Amino acid sequence: MSKRSLNNQKDRWFQYFGIFSTLIGLILLALFIFQITRDGIGRIDWDFIVSLPSRFYAKAGILPAWTGTLWIFALTAIIVIPIGVGAGIYLQEYAKKGRLSNILEINIANLAGVPSIIYGIIGLEIFVRVLQMGGSLLAGAFTLALLILPIIIVATREAFKAVPKSIKEASYGLGATKWQTIWYQILPIASANIITGVILALARAIGETAPLIVIGALAYVPFVAKSPMDEFTVLPMQIFNWVSRPQHGFLMNAAAAILVLLVFVFILNGIAVYLRNRSRKKFGL
Amino acid sequence: MENGNIKIETKNINAFYGEKKVLHNIDLQMEANTVTAFIGPSGCGKSTFLRLLNRMNDYIDGFRKEGDVLINGVDIYSKNTRIEELRKQVGMVFQKPNPFPKTIYENVVYGLRIQGIKDKQKLDAAVENSLKRSALWNEVKDDLQKNALSLSGGQQQRLCIARTLAVEPSIILMDEPASALDPISTAKIEELIYELKQDYTIVIVTHNMHQAGRVSDKTAFFLSGDLVEYNDTKAIFTSPKDQRTENYITGKFG
Ligand SMILES: Nc1ncnc2c1ncn2[C@@H]1O[C@H](COP(=O)(O)OP(=O)(O)O)[C@@H](O)[C@H]1O
Ligand SMILES: [Mg+2]
Repeated sequence: MSKRSLNNQKDRWFQYFGIFSTLIGLILLALFIFQITRDGIGRIDWDFIVSLPSRFYAKAGILPAWTGTLWIFALTAIIVIPIGVGAGIYLQEYAKKGRLSNILEINIANLAGVPSIIYGIIGLEIFVRVLQMGGSLLAGAFTLALLILPIIIVATREAFKAVPKSIKEASYGLGATKWQTIWYQILPIASANIITGVILALARAIGETAPLIVIGALAYVPFVAKSPMDEFTVLPMQIFNWVSRPQHGFLMNAAAAILVLLVFVFILNGIAVYLRNRSRKKFGL
Repeated sequence: MENGNIKIETKNINAFYGEKKVLHNIDLQMEANTVTAFIGPSGCGKSTFLRLLNRMNDYIDGFRKEGDVLINGVDIYSKNTRIEELRKQVGMVFQKPNPFPKTIYENVVYGLRIQGIKDKQKLDAAVENSLKRSALWNEVKDDLQKNALSLSGGQQQRLCIARTLAVEPSIILMDEPASALDPISTAKIEELIYELKQDYTIVIVTHNMHQAGRVSDKTAFFLSGDLVEYNDTKAIFTSPKDQRTENYITGKFG
């Protein structure tokens, strides 16, 4: 057999393998969604959405949980966007290239791989104890902001890198300063990709449980949080709580809550995909 | 050169990318209100030299230069030079048209907006004026709010020229401004260069010798980082002094 046809065959086998792996993933996901929907859909009604949790599974609802998730989403976004985007811009455009920035770059990439519970421990020490935020929404948001900060820094840098050099040169060539070039030319082009990164990172954050357990978020919260200093729960915490109960009814509740969380996450991903496509079309990125 | 009309002068320029030396001892004087063409085979250092004249190489990691560049007698690499002011004096048009992904109008006024000019009448006037000077006005005057990326390549390049004119520089650097364009657009750009010469000092890089012959008053021939010959364009093309120049313009290489 010639080398060429051997390579072709390898190509084909690899293609089959790829299709097979993708299918496995999709099938598992479909099965999961099917099962969750079957178990949970019957539990979702208006009462379920607007009720407080309860010892009786038929009366229990997710009001504190989903409002807590919205709170966490908003607070984390407010904290992480300026810091993450700012750091990304600094590293990409201002920091001197050299050994230090290399080390920083590698470490930021590595940080994204640290288990989330470690961030919980850091959050517990810094935000809950030293800064005395207690087990509040704010402490939770700061902890999750820390968790997704590296993702956002990297997303910002990538978005900046994707802007053609010719645009920068055109701007400089007309007498613009570095900051003007960033503000008027690069950011508008990069922003859709940055926002996409931010949304995907936030979608990850609102699915987190471990770090919030560590900082002391509550599993049973019979009230709706009114301020960032309130104690709180979030959907994943509520789900975690329910699945660890023995009664089958609570499992159905958990399935229903998972559905609600999935809807959140799918909407966020949908927005991210939409923005990315729009920016591809608009700027040819 | 005899007259006091020297606009741009370089003294003993050496340029390096990292360890690699790409320009050797370039001394060149360019006169006001003339078109100077840089010709030579690709890779000989024309762009590098051109970009030294508005400090565009400053952004390239590992780039280094020795020697001085004087514009109107002033050292543009001195500590007192504000780079943004320099760019207002020395505009640049690039090889590939690079309009901003914004409206035609916003492209033209960008250089003014960043100077803090907000007066709508002033901006409108600058748009009309610059687009007329770059021979684009008639084609776009009804679509000023259209995205610049929807223009043809030749129109985009004339928009880039208009954008540069709006800032009112006295020097315009052009790096193979027509190399990405069709013959008709190329002819328009060349015509434009001829017009602009009245008011601007123009330096144009081209590796199209016919273009150099058509548009320029002076021609500098570069080879492997050396300035081989610099003279009136006519003289270069009819009676080159250096054998290498002759070989190049007669198409023996490059
Ligand atoms: N950014 C860069 N980094 C390293 N080498 C470069 C860079 N730009 C140009 N060079 C090198 O410098 C030499 C001159 O390039 P350039 O000025 O672009 O020539 P020309 O415009 O005449 O084609 C070439 O050998 C080229 O490979
Ligand atoms: Mg070049």
